[in-house]
Amino acid sequence: MSADFVRGLKCRLCGKTYPKEPLNFCTEDFGPLEVDYDYEAIAEALSRSKVELRPNNMWRFRELLPIDGEPTVGAQVGGTPLVRADRLAEALGVECVWVKNDAVNFPTLSFKDRVVSVALSKAREFGFHTVGCASTGNLANSVAANAAAAGLEAYILVPHDLERSKFLATSIYGAKVVGVRGTYDEVNRLCTQIAFKYGWGFVNINLRPFYAEGSKTVGFEIAEQLGWRTPQHVVVPMAGGSLIGKVHKAFHELAKVGLIDDPSCKFYGAQATGCNPITTAVKNGWENHRPVRKPNTIAKSLAIGDPADGYFACKVMRETGGWGEDVSDPEIAEAMVLLGKTEGIFAETAGGVTVAVARKLIDQGRIPRDEEIVLCITGNGLKTQDAVVDYLDRPAVINPSLEEFEPLVEGSREPVLV
Amino acid sequence: MSIRIQIPTPMRQHTEGKAVVEVSGATVQGALDALNSQYPGISSRLFENGQVRRFVNVYLNDEDIRYLDGLATPVKDGAELAIIPAVAGG
Repeated sequence: MSADFVRGLKCRLCGKTYPKEPLNFCTEDFGPLEVDYDYEAIAEALSRSKVELRPNNMWRFRELLPIDGEPTVGAQVGGTPLVRADRLAEALGVECVWVKNDAVNFPTLSFKDRVVSVALSKAREFGFHTVGCASTGNLANSVAANAAAAGLEAYILVPHDLERSKFLATSIYGAKVVGVRGTYDEVNRLCTQIAFKYGWGFVNINLRPFYAEGSKTVGFEIAEQLGWRTPQHVVVPMAGGSLIGKVHKAFHELAKVGLIDDPSCKFYGAQATGCNPITTAVKNGWENHRPVRKPNTIAKSLAIGDPADGYFACKVMRETGGWGEDVSDPEIAEAMVLLGKTEGIFAETAGGVTVAVARKLIDQGRIPRDEEIVLCITGNGLKTQDAVVDYLDRPAVINPSLEEFEPLVEGSREPVLV
Repeated sequence: MSIRIQIPTPMRQHTEGKAVVEVSGATVQGALDALNSQYPGISSRLFENGQVRRFVNVYLNDEDIRYLDGLATPVKDGAELAIIPAVAGG
Protein backbone atom coordinates (compact mmCIF):
# COMPACT_ATOMS: atom_id res chain seq x y z
CA MET A 1 0.00 0.00 0.00
CA SER A 2 -0.77 2.72 0.36
CA ALA A 3 -2.77 5.17 -1.60
CA ASP A 4 -3.27 8.40 0.29
CA PHE A 5 -6.93 9.22 0.68
CA VAL A 6 -6.45 12.30 2.84
CA ARG A 7 -6.67 15.64 1.09
CA GLY A 8 -5.76 17.69 4.13
CA LEU A 9 -7.56 19.38 6.99
CA LYS A 10 -10.68 21.49 6.81
CA CYS A 11 -12.35 23.89 9.26
CA ARG A 12 -15.70 22.54 10.46
CA LEU A 13 -17.09 26.08 10.63
CA CYS A 14 -15.81 28.05 7.64
CA GLY A 15 -14.46 25.27 5.41
CA LYS A 16 -10.99 26.78 5.04
CA THR A 17 -8.53 24.07 4.02
CA TYR A 18 -5.10 23.34 5.46
CA PRO A 19 -2.38 20.87 4.52
CA LYS A 20 -1.78 17.81 6.70
CA GLU A 21 -0.11 19.40 9.72
CA PRO A 22 -0.23 19.21 13.52
CA LEU A 23 -2.82 21.92 14.00
CA ASN A 24 -6.23 21.59 15.68
CA PHE A 25 -7.96 24.87 14.98
CA CYS A 26 -8.63 27.28 12.17
CA THR A 27 -6.52 30.44 12.29
CA GLU A 28 -9.46 32.43 10.90
CA ASP A 29 -12.20 31.62 13.40
CA PHE A 30 -10.70 29.10 15.88
CA GLY A 31 -13.10 26.45 14.53
CA PRO A 32 -12.03 22.80 14.90
CA LEU A 33 -10.18 21.21 12.00
CA GLU A 34 -11.27 17.89 10.60
CA VAL A 35 -9.62 15.45 8.20
CA ASP A 36 -10.84 15.83 4.64
CA TYR A 37 -10.98 12.55 2.68
CA ASP A 38 -11.40 11.66 -0.97
CA TYR A 39 -14.44 9.41 -0.50
CA GLU A 40 -14.79 8.58 -4.19
CA ALA A 41 -11.31 7.09 -4.26
CA ILE A 42 -11.99 5.23 -0.99
CA ALA A 43 -15.23 3.79 -2.40
CA GLU A 44 -13.24 2.36 -5.29
CA ALA A 45 -10.48 0.99 -3.08
CA LEU A 46 -12.59 -0.55 -0.33
CA SER A 47 -15.12 -3.37 -0.30
CA ARG A 48 -16.75 -5.62 2.29
CA SER A 49 -14.76 -8.64 1.13
CA LYS A 50 -11.50 -6.71 1.34
CA VAL A 51 -12.26 -5.66 4.91
CA GLU A 52 -13.34 -9.17 5.90
CA LEU A 53 -10.07 -10.71 4.72
CA ARG A 54 -7.97 -8.49 6.97
CA PRO A 55 -6.92 -9.26 10.56
CA ASN A 56 -9.56 -8.49 13.18
CA ASN A 57 -8.37 -5.10 14.40
CA MET A 58 -9.24 -1.45 13.79
CA TRP A 59 -6.91 -1.19 10.79
CA ARG A 60 -9.39 -3.24 8.76
CA PHE A 61 -10.73 0.23 7.94
CA ARG A 62 -7.37 1.88 7.30
CA GLU A 63 -8.55 3.68 4.15
CA LEU A 64 -10.92 5.68 6.37
CA LEU A 65 -8.17 6.59 8.85
CA PRO A 66 -5.79 9.52 8.39
CA ILE A 67 -2.37 7.87 8.30
CA ASP A 68 0.09 7.63 5.44
CA GLY A 69 0.97 4.03 4.73
CA GLU A 70 1.06 1.34 7.41
CA PRO A 71 0.30 2.11 11.07
CA THR A 72 3.48 2.15 13.13
CA VAL A 73 1.78 2.30 16.53
CA GLY A 74 -0.97 0.05 17.87
CA ALA A 75 -1.08 -2.53 15.11
CA GLN A 76 -3.23 -4.86 17.26
CA VAL A 77 -5.76 -2.35 18.58
CA GLY A 78 -9.51 -2.78 18.18
CA GLY A 79 -11.53 -5.71 16.94
CA THR A 80 -13.32 -5.91 20.30
CA PRO A 81 -16.41 -8.11 20.80
CA LEU A 82 -19.97 -7.01 20.13
CA VAL A 83 -21.79 -9.10 22.71
CA ARG A 84 -25.44 -10.03 22.41
CA ALA A 85 -26.61 -9.15 25.92
CA ASP A 86 -29.84 -11.12 26.39
CA ARG A 87 -29.68 -11.29 30.18
CA LEU A 88 -29.14 -7.54 30.41
CA ALA A 89 -31.96 -6.99 27.91
CA GLU A 90 -34.27 -9.02 30.12
CA ALA A 91 -33.27 -6.99 33.18
CA LEU A 92 -33.92 -3.77 31.27
CA GLY A 93 -37.21 -5.09 29.90
CA VAL A 94 -36.28 -4.78 26.23
CA GLU A 95 -35.98 -7.21 23.35
CA CYS A 96 -32.47 -6.73 22.07
CA VAL A 97 -29.30 -5.23 23.53
CA TRP A 98 -25.74 -5.48 22.25
CA VAL A 99 -22.67 -4.41 24.20
CA LYS A 100 -19.70 -3.09 22.25
CA ASN A 101 -17.06 -4.14 24.71
CA ASP A 102 -14.01 -1.89 24.60
CA ALA A 103 -13.33 -2.79 28.22
CA VAL A 104 -11.14 -5.47 26.62
CA ASN A 105 -9.48 -3.28 24.03
CA PHE A 106 -5.75 -3.89 23.64
CA PRO A 107 -3.38 -2.86 25.18
CA THR A 108 -4.79 -0.61 27.95
CA LEU A 109 -8.41 -1.74 28.28
CA SER A 110 -10.27 1.29 26.96
CA PHE A 111 -11.39 2.70 23.63
CA LYS A 112 -8.64 5.30 23.92
CA ASP A 113 -6.15 2.84 22.39
CA ARG A 114 -7.98 3.44 19.11
CA VAL A 115 -7.43 7.19 19.07
CA VAL A 116 -3.92 6.94 20.44
CA SER A 117 -2.71 4.50 17.81
CA VAL A 118 -3.81 6.91 15.08
CA ALA A 119 -2.38 9.93 16.92
CA LEU A 120 0.99 8.36 17.63
CA SER A 121 1.34 6.83 14.16
CA LYS A 122 0.73 10.36 12.95
CA ALA A 123 3.14 11.84 15.52
CA ARG A 124 5.88 9.65 14.07
CA GLU A 125 5.02 10.70 10.54
CA PHE A 126 5.34 14.33 11.62
CA GLY A 127 8.67 13.56 13.29
CA PHE A 128 7.74 14.24 16.92
CA HIS A 129 9.97 12.61 19.54
CA THR A 130 7.97 13.82 22.53
CA VAL A 131 4.23 13.31 22.86
CA GLY A 132 1.72 13.99 25.58
CA CYS A 133 -1.87 14.45 26.58
CA ALA A 134 -4.29 15.97 29.03
CA SER A 135 -6.29 13.11 30.46
CA THR A 136 -8.93 11.95 32.89
CA GLY A 137 -7.11 8.61 33.10
CA ASN A 138 -7.81 6.21 30.26
CA LEU A 139 -6.04 8.36 27.72
CA ALA A 140 -3.10 8.68 30.12
CA ASN A 141 -2.76 4.88 30.31
CA SER A 142 -3.00 4.53 26.57
CA VAL A 143 -0.59 7.29 25.55
CA ALA A 144 1.96 6.06 28.08
CA ALA A 145 1.77 2.41 26.95
CA ASN A 146 1.70 3.04 23.23
CA ALA A 147 4.43 5.70 23.45
CA ALA A 148 6.63 3.27 25.37
CA ALA A 149 6.18 0.59 22.74
CA ALA A 150 6.94 3.11 20.01
CA GLY A 151 10.01 4.54 21.76
CA LEU A 152 8.52 8.01 22.18
CA GLU A 153 8.98 10.19 25.25
CA ALA A 154 5.65 10.95 26.94
CA TYR A 155 4.43 13.73 29.23
CA ILE A 156 1.06 12.98 30.78
CA LEU A 157 -0.89 15.64 32.65
CA VAL A 158 -3.88 14.63 34.76
CA PRO A 159 -5.97 16.08 37.58
CA HIS A 160 -4.10 15.32 40.83
CA ASP A 161 -7.09 13.58 42.45
CA LEU A 162 -7.42 10.82 39.88
CA GLU A 163 -7.92 7.17 40.90
CA ARG A 164 -4.65 5.64 42.16
CA SER A 165 -4.90 2.77 39.70
CA LYS A 166 -4.94 5.19 36.80
CA PHE A 167 -1.73 6.85 38.04
CA LEU A 168 -0.02 3.48 38.47
CA ALA A 169 -1.17 2.20 35.09
CA THR A 170 0.46 5.25 33.52
CA SER A 171 3.72 5.40 35.48
CA ILE A 172 4.46 1.72 34.85
CA TYR A 173 5.17 2.56 31.21
CA GLY A 174 7.90 5.05 32.09
CA ALA A 175 5.93 8.16 31.18
CA LYS A 176 6.51 11.44 33.00
CA VAL A 177 3.25 11.83 34.91
CA VAL A 178 2.25 15.23 36.28
CA GLY A 179 -0.73 15.61 38.63
CA VAL A 180 -2.12 19.11 38.29
CA ARG A 181 -4.04 20.75 41.13
CA GLY A 182 -7.13 21.60 39.16
CA THR A 183 -9.97 20.24 37.09
CA TYR A 184 -9.54 18.46 33.77
CA ASP A 185 -10.39 21.70 32.00
CA GLU A 186 -7.55 23.47 33.79
CA VAL A 187 -5.19 20.63 32.89
CA ASN A 188 -6.33 20.88 29.31
CA ARG A 189 -5.76 24.62 29.16
CA LEU A 190 -2.24 24.17 30.53
CA CYS A 191 -1.52 21.42 27.99
CA THR A 192 -2.63 23.64 25.14
CA GLN A 193 -0.08 26.20 26.30
CA ILE A 194 2.61 23.51 26.68
CA ALA A 195 1.93 21.92 23.29
CA PHE A 196 2.48 25.14 21.41
CA LYS A 197 5.34 26.41 23.59
CA TYR A 198 7.44 23.24 23.42
CA GLY A 199 6.39 22.04 20.00
CA TRP A 200 5.44 18.59 21.28
CA GLY A 201 2.78 16.33 19.81
CA PHE A 202 -0.14 16.41 22.22
CA VAL A 203 -2.55 13.75 21.03
CA ASN A 204 -5.72 15.57 22.06
CA ILE A 205 -4.50 19.05 21.19
CA ASN A 206 -2.40 19.69 18.10
CA LEU A 207 -2.82 16.10 16.86
CA ARG A 208 -6.53 16.16 17.69
CA PRO A 209 -7.96 16.16 14.14
CA PHE A 210 -6.11 12.88 13.45
CA TYR A 211 -6.51 11.43 16.94
CA ALA A 212 -10.29 11.86 17.02
CA GLU A 213 -10.70 9.90 13.79
CA GLY A 214 -9.61 6.73 15.59
CA SER A 215 -12.93 6.70 17.45
CA LYS A 216 -14.77 6.05 14.19
CA THR A 217 -13.52 2.47 14.30
CA VAL A 218 -15.98 1.78 17.16
CA GLY A 219 -18.76 2.57 14.69
CA PHE A 220 -17.18 0.74 11.76
CA GLU A 221 -16.86 -2.40 13.86
CA ILE A 222 -20.42 -2.22 15.23
CA ALA A 223 -21.83 -2.02 11.70
CA GLU A 224 -19.68 -4.85 10.40
CA GLN A 225 -20.40 -7.05 13.43
CA LEU A 226 -24.14 -6.56 12.93
CA GLY A 227 -23.73 -7.86 9.39
CA TRP A 228 -23.06 -4.54 7.61
CA ARG A 229 -25.94 -2.53 9.00
CA THR A 230 -26.61 -0.04 11.79
CA PRO A 231 -28.69 -0.62 14.92
CA GLN A 232 -31.74 1.54 15.60
CA HIS A 233 -30.33 3.07 18.81
CA VAL A 234 -26.83 3.65 20.16
CA VAL A 235 -26.04 4.89 23.67
CA VAL A 236 -22.61 6.51 24.03
CA PRO A 237 -20.94 7.99 27.13
CA MET A 238 -19.85 11.61 26.77
CA ALA A 239 -16.84 13.35 28.27
CA GLY A 240 -15.46 15.71 25.63
CA GLY A 241 -18.37 14.69 23.41
CA SER A 242 -16.24 13.47 20.53
CA LEU A 243 -17.02 9.73 20.48
CA ILE A 244 -20.76 10.10 19.86
CA GLY A 245 -20.08 12.26 16.81
CA LYS A 246 -17.44 9.90 15.49
CA VAL A 247 -19.66 6.81 15.73
CA HIS A 248 -22.31 8.79 13.86
CA LYS A 249 -19.73 9.86 11.27
CA ALA A 250 -18.56 6.24 10.93
CA PHE A 251 -22.04 5.04 9.93
CA HIS A 252 -22.35 7.84 7.39
CA GLU A 253 -18.91 7.19 5.94
CA LEU A 254 -19.69 3.49 5.53
CA ALA A 255 -22.79 4.44 3.57
CA LYS A 256 -20.85 7.01 1.55
CA VAL A 257 -18.27 4.44 0.42
CA GLY A 258 -20.90 1.79 -0.23
CA LEU A 259 -20.27 -0.66 2.61
CA ILE A 260 -23.72 -0.26 4.17
CA ASP A 261 -27.01 0.87 2.65
CA ASP A 262 -28.59 3.01 5.30
CA PRO A 263 -26.70 4.94 8.00
CA SER A 264 -29.73 5.96 10.02
CA CYS A 265 -29.56 5.41 13.77
CA LYS A 266 -30.64 7.42 16.81
CA PHE A 267 -27.85 8.62 19.09
CA TYR A 268 -28.20 9.02 22.86
CA GLY A 269 -25.51 10.67 24.96
CA ALA A 270 -24.86 9.59 28.54
CA GLN A 271 -23.35 11.70 31.33
CA ALA A 272 -23.11 11.70 35.11
CA THR A 273 -25.35 14.20 36.87
CA GLY A 274 -22.24 15.50 38.64
CA CYS A 275 -20.87 16.62 35.28
CA ASN A 276 -23.69 17.02 32.77
CA PRO A 277 -23.04 20.06 30.57
CA ILE A 278 -24.03 18.31 27.34
CA THR A 279 -27.17 16.51 28.52
CA THR A 280 -28.32 19.73 30.20
CA ALA A 281 -27.98 21.54 26.87
CA VAL A 282 -29.94 18.82 25.06
CA LYS A 283 -32.73 18.79 27.63
CA ASN A 284 -33.05 22.58 27.50
CA GLY A 285 -32.87 22.78 23.73
CA TRP A 286 -29.71 24.91 23.83
CA GLU A 287 -27.50 24.96 20.78
CA ASN A 288 -24.34 24.81 22.86
CA HIS A 289 -23.43 23.61 26.34
CA ARG A 290 -22.68 25.84 29.32
CA PRO A 291 -19.55 24.68 31.14
CA VAL A 292 -19.65 23.03 34.56
CA ARG A 293 -16.93 24.58 36.64
CA LYS A 294 -16.36 21.91 39.27
CA PRO A 295 -17.38 18.43 38.14
CA ASN A 296 -18.17 16.08 41.00
CA THR A 297 -18.84 12.44 40.14
CA ILE A 298 -17.40 8.96 40.59
CA ALA A 299 -17.29 8.78 36.79
CA LYS A 300 -13.99 10.65 36.71
CA SER A 301 -13.21 9.55 33.17
CA LEU A 302 -16.23 11.58 32.04
CA ALA A 303 -15.52 14.60 34.25
CA ILE A 304 -14.94 17.22 31.58
CA GLY A 305 -16.83 20.38 32.49
CA ASP A 306 -16.19 22.23 29.25
CA PRO A 307 -16.40 19.60 26.50
CA ALA A 308 -14.66 20.59 23.25
CA ASP A 309 -17.23 18.75 21.16
CA GLY A 310 -20.27 19.67 23.25
CA TYR A 311 -21.77 21.70 20.43
CA PHE A 312 -21.39 18.89 17.89
CA ALA A 313 -22.61 16.22 20.30
CA CYS A 314 -25.82 18.22 20.91
CA LYS A 315 -26.27 18.51 17.16
CA VAL A 316 -25.94 14.76 16.57
CA MET A 317 -28.50 13.91 19.27
CA ARG A 318 -30.90 16.57 18.02
CA GLU A 319 -30.60 15.70 14.34
CA THR A 320 -30.85 11.92 14.70
CA GLY A 321 -33.89 12.07 16.98
CA GLY A 322 -31.96 10.82 19.98
CA TRP A 323 -31.67 12.38 23.42
CA GLY A 324 -29.30 13.00 26.31
CA GLU A 325 -29.71 11.89 29.90
CA ASP A 326 -27.63 11.82 33.07
CA VAL A 327 -27.55 9.65 36.18
CA SER A 328 -26.47 9.91 39.83
CA ASP A 329 -23.45 8.22 41.38
CA PRO A 330 -25.54 5.46 43.07
CA GLU A 331 -27.29 4.76 39.76
CA ILE A 332 -23.87 4.48 38.08
CA ALA A 333 -22.55 2.01 40.64
CA GLU A 334 -25.76 -0.07 40.56
CA ALA A 335 -25.57 -0.26 36.77
CA MET A 336 -21.95 -1.43 36.93
CA VAL A 337 -23.09 -4.23 39.21
CA LEU A 338 -26.03 -5.03 36.91
CA LEU A 339 -23.80 -5.34 33.85
CA GLY A 340 -21.40 -7.54 35.78
CA LYS A 341 -24.15 -9.83 37.15
CA THR A 342 -26.04 -10.19 33.89
CA GLU A 343 -23.30 -10.29 31.27
CA GLY A 344 -20.04 -11.01 33.07
CA ILE A 345 -18.65 -7.68 31.90
CA PHE A 346 -16.87 -5.44 34.40
CA ALA A 347 -17.06 -1.93 33.00
CA GLU A 348 -15.57 1.16 34.55
CA THR A 349 -17.76 3.93 35.95
CA ALA A 350 -18.34 5.37 32.47
CA GLY A 351 -19.88 2.02 31.50
CA GLY A 352 -22.15 2.30 34.53
CA VAL A 353 -23.19 5.71 33.21
CA THR A 354 -24.05 4.23 29.83
CA VAL A 355 -26.07 1.32 31.21
CA ALA A 356 -27.89 3.47 33.77
CA VAL A 357 -28.75 6.09 31.16
CA ALA A 358 -30.02 3.39 28.78
CA ARG A 359 -32.25 2.09 31.57
CA LYS A 360 -33.55 5.60 32.27
CA LEU A 361 -34.28 6.31 28.60
CA ILE A 362 -36.08 2.99 28.24
CA ASP A 363 -38.17 3.69 31.35
CA GLN A 364 -38.99 7.17 30.02
CA GLY A 365 -40.18 5.61 26.76
CA ARG A 366 -37.57 7.48 24.75
CA ILE A 367 -36.02 4.21 23.57
CA PRO A 368 -38.73 1.73 22.54
CA ARG A 369 -38.63 -1.70 24.17
CA ASP A 370 -38.95 -3.64 20.92
CA GLU A 371 -36.05 -2.13 18.98
CA GLU A 372 -32.34 -2.90 18.79
CA ILE A 373 -30.00 -1.03 21.15
CA VAL A 374 -26.20 -0.92 21.20
CA LEU A 375 -24.43 0.19 24.38
CA CYS A 376 -20.86 1.47 24.03
CA ILE A 377 -18.74 0.27 26.93
CA THR A 378 -15.52 2.22 26.71
CA GLY A 379 -13.36 1.21 29.67
CA ASN A 380 -12.55 -1.53 32.16
CA GLY A 381 -13.87 -1.80 35.71
CA LEU A 382 -10.55 -2.96 37.11
CA LYS A 383 -9.45 0.67 36.79
CA THR A 384 -12.21 2.08 38.99
CA GLN A 385 -12.83 -0.62 41.58
CA ASP A 386 -13.31 1.77 44.47
CA ALA A 387 -16.54 3.02 42.93
CA VAL A 388 -18.40 -0.23 43.58
CA VAL A 389 -16.89 -1.34 46.89
CA ASP A 390 -19.93 -0.24 48.89
CA TYR A 391 -22.39 -1.85 46.48
CA LEU A 392 -21.08 -5.41 46.70
CA ASP A 393 -21.44 -8.03 49.41
CA ARG A 394 -18.28 -8.60 51.39
CA PRO A 395 -17.02 -12.15 50.89
CA ALA A 396 -18.00 -14.55 53.67
CA VAL A 397 -15.03 -15.71 55.71
CA ILE A 398 -15.18 -19.17 57.24
CA ASN A 399 -12.94 -21.84 58.70
CA PRO A 400 -12.07 -24.68 56.31
CA SER A 401 -15.03 -26.74 57.43
CA LEU A 402 -17.95 -28.12 55.47
CA GLU A 403 -20.17 -27.37 58.44
CA GLU A 404 -19.50 -23.65 58.16
CA PHE A 405 -19.87 -23.66 54.40
CA GLU A 406 -23.24 -25.34 54.24
CA PRO A 407 -25.30 -22.53 55.78
CA LEU A 408 -23.95 -20.19 53.09
CA VAL A 409 -25.67 -22.15 50.32
CA GLU A 410 -28.76 -22.95 52.31
CA GLY A 411 -31.84 -22.64 50.20
CA SER A 412 -29.97 -21.45 47.13
CA ARG A 413 -29.70 -24.78 45.33
CA GLU A 414 -29.62 -28.55 45.82
CA PRO A 415 -26.22 -29.81 46.95
CA VAL A 416 -24.22 -31.42 44.18
CA LEU A 417 -23.07 -34.92 45.06
CA VAL A 418 -19.86 -36.21 43.65
CA MET B 1 -2.08 50.25 32.91
CA SER B 2 -0.13 47.42 31.34
CA ILE B 3 -1.81 44.13 30.52
CA ARG B 4 0.03 41.27 28.83
CA ILE B 5 -1.96 39.29 26.27
CA GLN B 6 -0.65 35.86 25.32
CA ILE B 7 -1.20 35.01 21.66
CA PRO B 8 -1.44 31.31 20.70
CA THR B 9 1.29 30.22 18.27
CA PRO B 10 -0.83 29.73 15.12
CA MET B 11 -2.44 33.17 15.61
CA ARG B 12 0.87 35.00 15.70
CA GLN B 13 0.75 35.54 11.96
CA HIS B 14 -1.70 38.30 12.89
CA THR B 15 0.61 39.89 15.51
CA GLU B 16 3.86 40.10 13.53
CA GLY B 17 5.02 36.92 15.25
CA LYS B 18 4.71 38.32 18.76
CA ALA B 19 3.90 35.80 21.53
CA VAL B 20 2.92 38.50 24.00
CA VAL B 21 1.39 41.87 23.26
CA GLU B 22 1.24 44.61 25.92
CA VAL B 23 -1.83 46.80 25.96
CA SER B 24 -3.80 48.93 28.37
CA GLY B 25 -7.46 48.75 29.27
CA ALA B 26 -9.80 48.70 32.23
CA THR B 27 -11.73 45.58 31.28
CA VAL B 28 -11.12 42.41 29.27
CA GLN B 29 -13.11 43.99 26.44
CA GLY B 30 -10.99 47.16 26.65
CA ALA B 31 -7.75 45.18 26.54
CA LEU B 32 -8.87 43.13 23.54
CA ASP B 33 -10.02 46.31 21.77
CA ALA B 34 -6.58 47.77 22.38
CA LEU B 35 -5.05 44.61 20.89
CA ASN B 36 -7.18 45.14 17.81
CA SER B 37 -6.10 48.74 17.43
CA GLN B 38 -2.47 47.58 17.38
CA TYR B 39 -3.21 44.68 15.03
CA PRO B 40 -6.32 45.52 13.05
CA GLY B 41 -8.23 42.50 11.91
CA ILE B 42 -7.60 40.31 14.95
CA SER B 43 -11.01 41.22 16.43
CA SER B 44 -12.87 39.56 13.59
CA ARG B 45 -11.10 36.33 14.50
CA LEU B 46 -11.84 36.60 18.19
CA PHE B 47 -15.39 37.95 18.07
CA GLU B 48 -18.61 37.21 16.30
CA ASN B 49 -21.56 39.60 16.80
CA GLY B 50 -19.79 41.19 19.73
CA GLN B 51 -19.31 37.91 21.59
CA VAL B 52 -16.18 35.82 21.98
CA ARG B 53 -16.39 33.10 19.34
CA ARG B 54 -17.64 29.65 20.36
CA PHE B 55 -14.25 27.97 20.08
CA VAL B 56 -12.13 30.66 21.74
CA ASN B 57 -11.51 30.80 25.46
CA VAL B 58 -10.10 33.84 27.22
CA TYR B 59 -8.37 33.50 30.59
CA LEU B 60 -7.57 36.27 33.04
CA ASN B 61 -4.68 35.20 35.26
CA ASP B 62 -5.48 31.53 34.47
CA GLU B 63 -9.22 31.89 35.23
CA ASP B 64 -11.74 31.40 32.43
CA ILE B 65 -13.57 34.74 32.00
CA ARG B 66 -16.88 32.86 31.62
CA TYR B 67 -16.62 32.19 35.36
CA LEU B 68 -15.91 35.88 36.04
CA ASP B 69 -17.87 38.72 34.44
CA GLY B 70 -17.00 37.79 30.88
CA LEU B 71 -15.81 40.63 28.71
CA ALA B 72 -16.87 43.16 31.37
CA THR B 73 -14.43 41.69 33.93
CA PRO B 74 -12.19 44.48 35.25
CA VAL B 75 -8.45 44.02 34.73
CA LYS B 76 -5.67 45.40 36.91
CA ASP B 77 -2.22 46.60 36.03
CA GLY B 78 0.09 43.65 35.44
CA ALA B 79 -2.73 41.24 34.59
CA GLU B 80 -2.12 38.38 32.17
CA LEU B 81 -4.75 37.61 29.55
CA ALA B 82 -4.45 34.41 27.53
CA ILE B 83 -6.31 33.66 24.33
CA ILE B 84 -6.54 29.89 23.98
CA PRO B 85 -8.26 27.77 21.35
CA ALA B 86 -11.06 25.73 22.89
CA VAL B 87 -10.93 22.74 20.58
CA ALA B 88 -8.73 20.55 22.71
CA GLY B 89 -9.04 17.60 25.00
CA GLY B 90 -11.50 14.78 25.34
